[in-house]
Amino acid sequence: MKFTLSWLKDHLDTDATTARVVEAMTMAGLEVEHVIDPATKLAPFTVARIVEAVQHPNADRLRVCQVDTVDGRKEIVCGAPNARAGLTTIYAPIGSYVPGLGVTLVEKPVRGVVSNGMLCSAAEMETAEESDGILELSDDLPVGAPAATALGLESVIDFEVTPNRPDWLGVAGIARDLSAAGLGKLRDLSATPVPGRFASPIMVSVDGEACRQFSGRFIRGVKNGPSPAWLQARLKAIGLRPINTLVDITNLITHDRARPLHVYDAAKLVGTRIIARLGRHGLNGDEHLIALDGKTYELTPDMSVISDADGERPVGIGGVMGGESTGCSDDTTDVFLESAWFDPIRTAQTGRVAGITSDAQYRFARGVDTHFLVGGLELATTLILELCGGEPSEVVVAGESLTAPAPVAFDPAYVKQLAGLEIPPEKSAEILEKLGFRIETSGNPWQVTPPTWRRDVEGKADLVEEIARIAGYDALPATPLPETPRPAGGVLTVRQDRARTARRALAAAGYNEAITWSFTRNAIARMFGGGADALVLANPMSADIDTMRPSVLPNLIEAAGRNARRGFPDVALFEVGPVFGGDQPQDQRLAIAAVLAPHAPRGWDKRPQDDLFTLKADLLALLEELGAPVASLQTAQGAASSWWHPGRSARLQLGPKAVLAEFGELHPAVLKALDVDGPVYGFEIWVEAIPEPKRKGKTRPAADLPALMPLGRDFAFLVDAARPAGDLAKAVAGADKALIASARVFDVYQGAGVPDGHKSIALEVAIQPREKTLTDAEIEALSARIVAAAEKAGGRLRG
Amino acid sequence: MTDLTTLEAELSASIAGAADAAAIEAIRVAALGKSGSISGLLKTLGSMSPDERREAGPAINGLRDRVAALLADRKAALEAAELDARLAAETLDLTLPAPPRRKGSVHPTMQVMEEMTTIFAEMGFQVAEGPDIEDDFHNFTALNFPEKHPAREMHDTFFFNPGLDGVRKLLRTHTSPVQVRAMQRTNQPPAAPWIAGAIEPPIRIIVPGRTYRCDSDATHTPMFHQMEGLVIDKGIHMGHLKWTLETFIARFFEVAGVVSRFRPHHFPFTEPSAEMDIGCDRSGGEVKIGTGDDWLEILGCGMVHPNVLRQCGIDPDVYQGFAFGLGIDRLGMLKYGMPDLRDMFESDTRWLSHYGFSAFAAPNPATGLS
Repeated sequence: MKFTLSWLKDHLDTDATTARVVEAMTMAGLEVEHVIDPATKLAPFTVARIVEAVQHPNADRLRVCQVDTVDGRKEIVCGAPNARAGLTTIYAPIGSYVPGLGVTLVEKPVRGVVSNGMLCSAAEMETAEESDGILELSDDLPVGAPAATALGLESVIDFEVTPNRPDWLGVAGIARDLSAAGLGKLRDLSATPVPGRFASPIMVSVDGEACRQFSGRFIRGVKNGPSPAWLQARLKAIGLRPINTLVDITNLITHDRARPLHVYDAAKLVGTRIIARLGRHGLNGDEHLIALDGKTYELTPDMSVISDADGERPVGIGGVMGGESTGCSDDTTDVFLESAWFDPIRTAQTGRVAGITSDAQYRFARGVDTHFLVGGLELATTLILELCGGEPSEVVVAGESLTAPAPVAFDPAYVKQLAGLEIPPEKSAEILEKLGFRIETSGNPWQVTPPTWRRDVEGKADLVEEIARIAGYDALPATPLPETPRPAGGVLTVRQDRARTARRALAAAGYNEAITWSFTRNAIARMFGGGADALVLANPMSADIDTMRPSVLPNLIEAAGRNARRGFPDVALFEVGPVFGGDQPQDQRLAIAAVLAPHAPRGWDKRPQDDLFTLKADLLALLEELGAPVASLQTAQGAASSWWHPGRSARLQLGPKAVLAEFGELHPAVLKALDVDGPVYGFEIWVEAIPEPKRKGKTRPAADLPALMPLGRDFAFLVDAARPAGDLAKAVAGADKALIASARVFDVYQGAGVPDGHKSIALEVAIQPREKTLTDAEIEALSARIVAAAEKAGGRLRG
Repeated sequence: MTDLTTLEAELSASIAGAADAAAIEAIRVAALGKSGSISGLLKTLGSMSPDERREAGPAINGLRDRVAALLADRKAALEAAELDARLAAETLDLTLPAPPRRKGSVHPTMQVMEEMTTIFAEMGFQVAEGPDIEDDFHNFTALNFPEKHPAREMHDTFFFNPGLDGVRKLLRTHTSPVQVRAMQRTNQPPAAPWIAGAIEPPIRIIVPGRTYRCDSDATHTPMFHQMEGLVIDKGIHMGHLKWTLETFIARFFEVAGVVSRFRPHHFPFTEPSAEMDIGCDRSGGEVKIGTGDDWLEILGCGMVHPNVLRQCGIDPDVYQGFAFGLGIDRLGMLKYGMPDLRDMFESDTRWLSHYGFSAFAAPNPATGLS
């Protein structure tokens, strides 16, 4: 929405500058987008007078002019046919930028004569779309006057209107708020009734919900045609195209009073009645209308349709756009003027379904003053009679207006209670009255009745906002929050703290944290165990991101691929974020996932690349940091999901139903589908699956620091080649829980000396004597228990 | 005595000429061993008269001590030379590169989220959470968005296809639905332990999380992060809101001279509503905080609308309070100078390394926020 300062001054008696108006608008809640100031753009251009114009010696179409300019007398070459002595026009000096040509002027000879500047047309200054010759200005203008002043160009204020304030879609509504904010006195906004001279030959009626109220009047004998310069200038300044006087008047009132109107060429109407009704669905489908924009629209039964010919012929889409067949042209002599009230929701939906946004539709969709139908008619009638002549009929009205807003009980002390502002009650009352509220202050609470254009005001909090914003939010007293008891151990839950810890731990381990979309494409979601219909977006941005992700991994893998394609294949990424098992709140889980695609540069020391065991170490260290019971975790080899390499993946679990994580190498087929070169290793942890630590105080159990030296014994066992080494190690460690501190695999061997289909696993067992040193016999007995335990797990001591 | 002098000279010369530990040992045995030359001289002392012994004893013992010292010195010198030779052979070229170590990083959005959480934690706020997949009730209706109102359209909502029950789920367009979950009195516990529910006033929470709108350009992405704040108590007014946000902004930007202003605005779920701007300078093409005379909108806020409180079963005549919503990514971009929001979600490791934070840059009141 745009307006100019002079337009505002039609309604507001003020000497405020544009800057002051912008400031006051901003602080009253009107968000100014920008101010377009023609004076800035046209700063180098000034008024000049041609003293002499003679034929160019070397070019038929050029003239060499002596020009009085702000810079003194200049010789300027000009190609315009109207360049003549005595002409007052616009001069651009050397060095200035001419927007219409897109060039900066340089001093250079034109066919042998140096031109010391340029004389400009309106098109060259971009003040008109096209022009014929250089500007011809009034001779009264002094040489050197700024072009913007000479052309009467004003600053245009462009601003955003929040949906609660449709009254701001008219300049008068802005003037009202600025007046309340102390910028000046509001002029009388009431419309003077114009008496009708005859009964309207066109009657109106409304049908059901299509239109709440419809008013109009017939004006005969008008003379249409281009509107006067002041009206055209006003519309052009805010970016509207003048059409003809009748249409320009309705556009003016739409933007002046947020009151859309429509004019029908009465000669083109069929019958004597205009009916506002719902669209009709007939045997041949929905009705159609060719609207004023020349396009054909389907009129559905949800739309409000204006019709003539006993309701048979659509002549407009109610509140949105009129029909082409009944539009006014320069030949129009009799008009029917419409001022109606259409339901905001219906108008909004019509605009959306039909794909039309018109100035009328925009205003009706947000809500037009319910009690200014006839007022709008009177304003328009006055202007039509003034500019087009003619004779008005009496006003005809059908339907009832929406009831006026009910009074709100309001204790003025509530301003202090809700906003913290100390405002005297009489000041509050003054603000509300200036905004058009009616106040009964005889008792407490007051009875405050909102004006009919303020349907957004429903309760006492709304009234506080009105008072506070006009008094100015700058006055709000910054007040510290009251002290409250704080939780003793920080404010994060265990789950929140785990996310934080994971982030820091993985970053310390060399992984870059990424944040990827919560969505992926459906085929990928299905590959990772998701993709259910309930998790597919109805309106995705693109098919690549149409399904909520069941896992973080595919997004990280794809990110690894993107980095590789950029030439940076060595990737270690992680993300802490949601994954979705269903569309219910409890189906959302927090995952910590990482991928490792090692492509370290070759080293002089032949150090091996990071591998799956690097990732396993990072995973276990992380779980330890998160407080997971790492010592009790089972590593279920080969039990992980289908997106992993079946032989190189495992689940970490406390039991089959308590899976904390999966890790491994990604399945080559999955990598292929994601267009990423392998190997890629990864893990995914489900944070909620990690048991919460049992509540304990801050003190720790006494440290277990045995005084006796631990001793180490090595064992080698033959096991079936397919058997996981972890099973054997676990069995050995369990042989004597009191004495065995750990059993660690230090060698795995297959080959000469080991039977086919078997492997040799060497374990270092750490034995921690407790009360006394162990005797040889005791160590022997322990060894026997270890061997027996290993045998149970399928291991045979190597001889 | 001449004998002793000669012997000493001979021994000194052979010690000085000894090339290795074995030669030293041989000389030691020959001189000081059981049947060594000096040992033999010492044995003669027993057969001497006291007078002779008085003269010869110190001379022979002196000779023995000097030879032993020479042997020890020579041995030490040889060992030192041997060590030097070995160390010289062990030289490592330390100009060779060390094996590369990956340098991890924390994503700037998450760093900023932690910074904000730290500041609000100091003010007594707890962290509440809610689901990303929401329903119309929590995202709109309970927040006083009128049915079919243009304000709903402005939210560019992602919808799911309606389920069998005809209910259409959506992706939350803001973190405000968690306000409703936090306040709402229901007979049912939250669907999962991590989801906020039915907190008794006084309420003082922040809600960081993912939010979604179908929009994409340099300042909009289909997914972004917001932090909601909610304070409900008796007597909380707009001045408390102003203080809270002014305090937050001053702490967050960590530069002197951050100025701010509140402007009226409209949100369906607050009344009165405001937007907060901070002073900035745009003259250099980029936005600089703490200087200049331009303004930049950074957040929306207001007093919780009485209809929202009523909807949640809280009596607006007893309790009142404020809410605010901050764009986490956006504040991060402002503070740390990332030019394009879309880069935040591109996972370019070069970008992550450049704009990311060290694992050890956890916000800390003693060292600052980053």
